[in-house]
Formats: sequence, C-alpha cells, structure tokens
Amino acid sequence: MTALIRSTRGELLRLYRWPALWVLAATWLTLNVVFGYVFDYIAYRTGDSAGPNTGVPGEELLAGVLPDAVPAVLVQGMPMFGGAILMILGALAAGSGYGWGTWKTVLTQGPSRPAAVGGTVMALATVVLGVVLGTAAVDLGVSNALALAESRPVDLPPAGELLEAVSVGLLVLGMWTTAGMLLGSLARSPALAVGLGLVWALVVENLLRGVSGLLGGLAVVTDHLPGTAAGSLVGALGASGQSGGAPGVLTILPGTTALAALATYFVAFTAATLLLIRRRDLA
Amino acid sequence: MDGTVVRAERLTKRYADRLAVDSVSLTVRPGEVFGFLGPNGAGKTTTLRMLLGLIRPSGGRASVLGARPGSPAVLARVGALVEGPGFYPYLSGRDNLRVLSRYRGLSDRAADAALDRVGLGPRGGDRFRSYSLGMKQRLGVAAALLGDPDLLVLDEPTNGLDPAGMADMRRLLVDVAAGGQTVLLSSHLLAEVQEICNRVGVIAEGRLVAEGTVADLRGADALLLRAHPLDRALAVAMQLAGDDAVEVADAGLRLDAEASLVPRLVRELVADGVDVLEVRAAERSLEEVFFQMTGPDPGGPPSAPTAQEVS
Repeated sequence: MTALIRSTRGELLRLYRWPALWVLAATWLTLNVVFGYVFDYIAYRTGDSAGPNTGVPGEELLAGVLPDAVPAVLVQGMPMFGGAILMILGALAAGSGYGWGTWKTVLTQGPSRPAAVGGTVMALATVVLGVVLGTAAVDLGVSNALALAESRPVDLPPAGELLEAVSVGLLVLGMWTTAGMLLGSLARSPALAVGLGLVWALVVENLLRGVSGLLGGLAVVTDHLPGTAAGSLVGALGASGQSGGAPGVLTILPGTTALAALATYFVAFTAATLLLIRRRDLA
Repeated sequence: MDGTVVRAERLTKRYADRLAVDSVSLTVRPGEVFGFLGPNGAGKTTTLRMLLGLIRPSGGRASVLGARPGSPAVLARVGALVEGPGFYPYLSGRDNLRVLSRYRGLSDRAADAALDRVGLGPRGGDRFRSYSLGMKQRLGVAAALLGDPDLLVLDEPTNGLDPAGMADMRRLLVDVAAGGQTVLLSSHLLAEVQEICNRVGVIAEGRLVAEGTVADLRGADALLLRAHPLDRALAVAMQLAGDDAVEVADAGLRLDAEASLVPRLVRELVADGVDVLEVRAAERSLEEVFFQMTGPDPGGPPSAPTAQEVS
C-alpha cells in the first residue's frame, strides 16, 4: 500500500508538470465550450437556420445552454472527443516511458511492478477526476453567465442529475484512458499507440457499426465495443445523439448494459496493462 | 548474505537464437568497487539488468543483498544507472530527482543533496532535455545516489563525460566506496577500472573469462633487461633467476622475478663486465591482459566457457 501511494505521488508530480497534459486538458475544455455552448448560442442569437441546428426551435437551443442542461452538455462530447483526448493521454503516459527509459528508472526505485502500474492508474484517475470536475465547473459558469445575459434564472441543475453525469463522465473518460494505457504498453511507443487508438475511436468503430447488419452475429459484437458502450451510456443519460446532437452519442444499448460493458472494459484494460508490464523484460 | 553483496551463479540470458549472457558467475563483496569489464556488446548491461530484476534470466540464479534481484526490499537498498540515464525530458533535473524521491519515499531534500553531490546544483532548474550528454550522465548517477543505497550499480557511468568530468566521477566513486557503499561498475575503459576498482570481472561474448583483483589479472611481476653483450647477460640472469625464468624478448631479456632482485642483478652483471643499458619492471597493463583474453589472437577469444578464477 505504501508503495502504491509513493508511486502515485511520484507519478502525480511528473504528470502535473507535463505540458502535454495541460495542452490536452485545455483542448478538451475548449471543444466542450465551443461545441456545447458557443455554436448553439450563436445560432440562437442570430436565428441562423444553417448548420447542424437546422430546424431546431430557438427556445430549445437556448434551453440547451442554460444551467438545467449542464448534466447533458457535460457528457455529450465525452464518448468520442473527450474519450479520444484522454486516450491520447493514457497512451502518452504509458508509451513514452519506453522511449525515455523512465519505466526502467522507476522500476529500479523500489516499487513492485503492480505498484508502479497502480501508481500510474491512480495518478491518471486523479487527472480524469480533475478534468470531469473542471469541465463541470466551466459548464456551470458558462451556462449561468448565459442565463444572466438572457435574464433567465441563475441556478444549479438538480444535484442528483449532476452527480450522475459526473459519474458517467468519470467512467467514460476513465475507460478511454485505460484503453490508451494498454495501447501505449502494447506498442511500447506513444506515436503508434496514439495513431492506432485514434483510428479505432474515430473511424473503425463507426465503420463497424455501419456494416454490422451484413453479417449475422456481428451486431452483437459491434454493439458492445468500447465507443458504442460509452455512447450508449451517455445517450441513456438524456444527451442528444440525433441530428443536431453530439457525434458518438448513441442509443444502441440500454443504460445498465452500457454501464456494465464500460466497467468491464475499464477493469479489463487495467488488468491487461498490469499483466503485460508484470511479465515483461525491460530491455 | 554470506559476506557477499552480489552473487550470480551460472546466470544466462538467451534471446531467440542468441546467447547474450552465458553462465556468468561472479561475486561482489561488501565495500568493494567491482569492475565489470568487457567490450561493447559483451553482455555487461544484460547481466546488470538481470541483477536489477529488469529482465528475467533464462537460466542460473542470482542474489543481491541476500535476496531475489528486483524485489522491492532489495531495490530500496540499491541505486542504479543502467544503459544511459532515463528521465522525463520536460522536467528539470531537480524535478526528475524529486519524482524519484517520491517513488522511494524520500524528501525533496534528498533530491537536492544528490544533485549537489554530482555538481549539478546550479543547473538543477534546467530541463533535462537541455542537458549535455555529460550532465545527463551525472544526473543518472545522482539518481542512483538517492537515499544512500548500500549498493550502487553503475553501467558505464563516465560515458559522455569530458576528461575533467571523468576524473570527477572517479573521485566520487572512490569517495562513495570509502563511505562503505559497495559499487558494481561496468566499463569498457581499462584505465578507469584499473584506477578505481578493487576487483574485476572480465566478460567477453557473454562469458566471464576472468575474475580477480587487478594485480591478479596482470599476473606475476617481471623485469626487462637490456644489456651488452646479451649472451653473457643471459648467463648471469639465468644463474640468478633460474634457467626457466629468463627468455629473450624485444632485443633484451625478460626475467620472471621481483623488483627486489634488481640491485643484485645489476651488481653481478657489472662485475661480469656486462654493460647494463636498461632495467625496468615489466608490469603488464590490464589492457594487455584484457586484449589477450578477449582479442582474436592466440589466447582469445575464450574457448573455454568456464570462468577462470584467479583470486
């Protein structure tokens, strides 16, 4: 336990001072604000019917950027974009250590391999928690500012809904982060892991869903893939995945099934990374 | 711990069809600086990696500080620099050591002290990626010194250092050993090993070809004599040192004898009317011994897979 805490402290320090982490976090927050608030609010203000919001009534657009909608806005970008960004972080955190030789250095400091991997998982979990809470705080701030500007009630969404959204966000981003860790550990290189992971998350799963009807039984597999499960869990929370909604939000799996699938992936990716590093020669 | 800090018995590492380390057995005793000597690619780093638990041996066994290599209890007492320093390039030297201090459960002061010990204190705030090769190497040694470990395992620690840096590093290692810490040092630099190591293990093509003190490896003392006329000098020398102890070599004579024989030898030669041109101790350098053991000439490469225990 002591070794796990020590490893977590070491890993947290080096992650905290890593510019790549802040660049990724800032990218995600910017995307979240731009696609969650800026475009919708501009469409509402200008009454412009072009773009993805075609046909959406103005009042509905405004409701989507007010505090009551924060739980849905918080998670709607996570299955695809937020997940992809955190997957990059996981892949960089695990994969860079091979090129830099830092896995070798860390493993000669005393922690067992499970403790060292556990420390990385704990530190990344802390980052994910920070990202989700930070996103919630930014979304609450922006939505209340817009409410103020539009003379609508400045308020908080129901605590239960917000808590539910934060929990879903943690699981979705956590799953993608551990997926990145596994890829980084398999590839022993950040570049290959990030490339493969992005192609999978942004392209391959969508293509597979498109062709799932061609082969009997294929749909069962494609319905339970990581991105589909993440999208379904977010969809089950009420985020909009239809026209005008965020890409990656789906209604394929029921919420509980999606939750179970995500939890299974999270555990499986973490365990696989652990097994891989535990047995591996660090040459 | 039976009086040894490191004990390797027939340690072997095989990669696919290549035998990187072949039945290496060696011992490192408390408080000594043990030099692990061999050309590049001989298997030094692979052996050290096995002793640190970074890679699993294909055969044989080893113990470090009385326990399994790589176990947390052992690593807590070992500081290592293996095959170049591995640090986070975006962190400063000081922050890199602070990260490692956290892994070891040490305070930030330990990181600062290690940094000062290798003379990197003034540059501790600079990013690792901006360091010169020599500074990176020194930071690697600083990391190994964190927490004053009982055993330091250093793989080519003077790599990339300029002559002044190399001298500083040697002084540091001697200082470390004087403080009671044991040092296992790999090197392909013979002068370095000769200067600072108590005992040496020579490895070539994955096999340990010799283990012993530097003096042992150099072999017995000999004297070189140039004199005129040579035949009369030969007769006198054989009379004093014994018939089998003298041979003609390099326009002179080589005597298997200690330096204490020199005064008497010179007196006898002069008394016999021989002109003595030169008498000197013919001490084989470790380099000569090394090339004899590892080179392609007769005597090497080692044909016998078993180590030659010369101590």
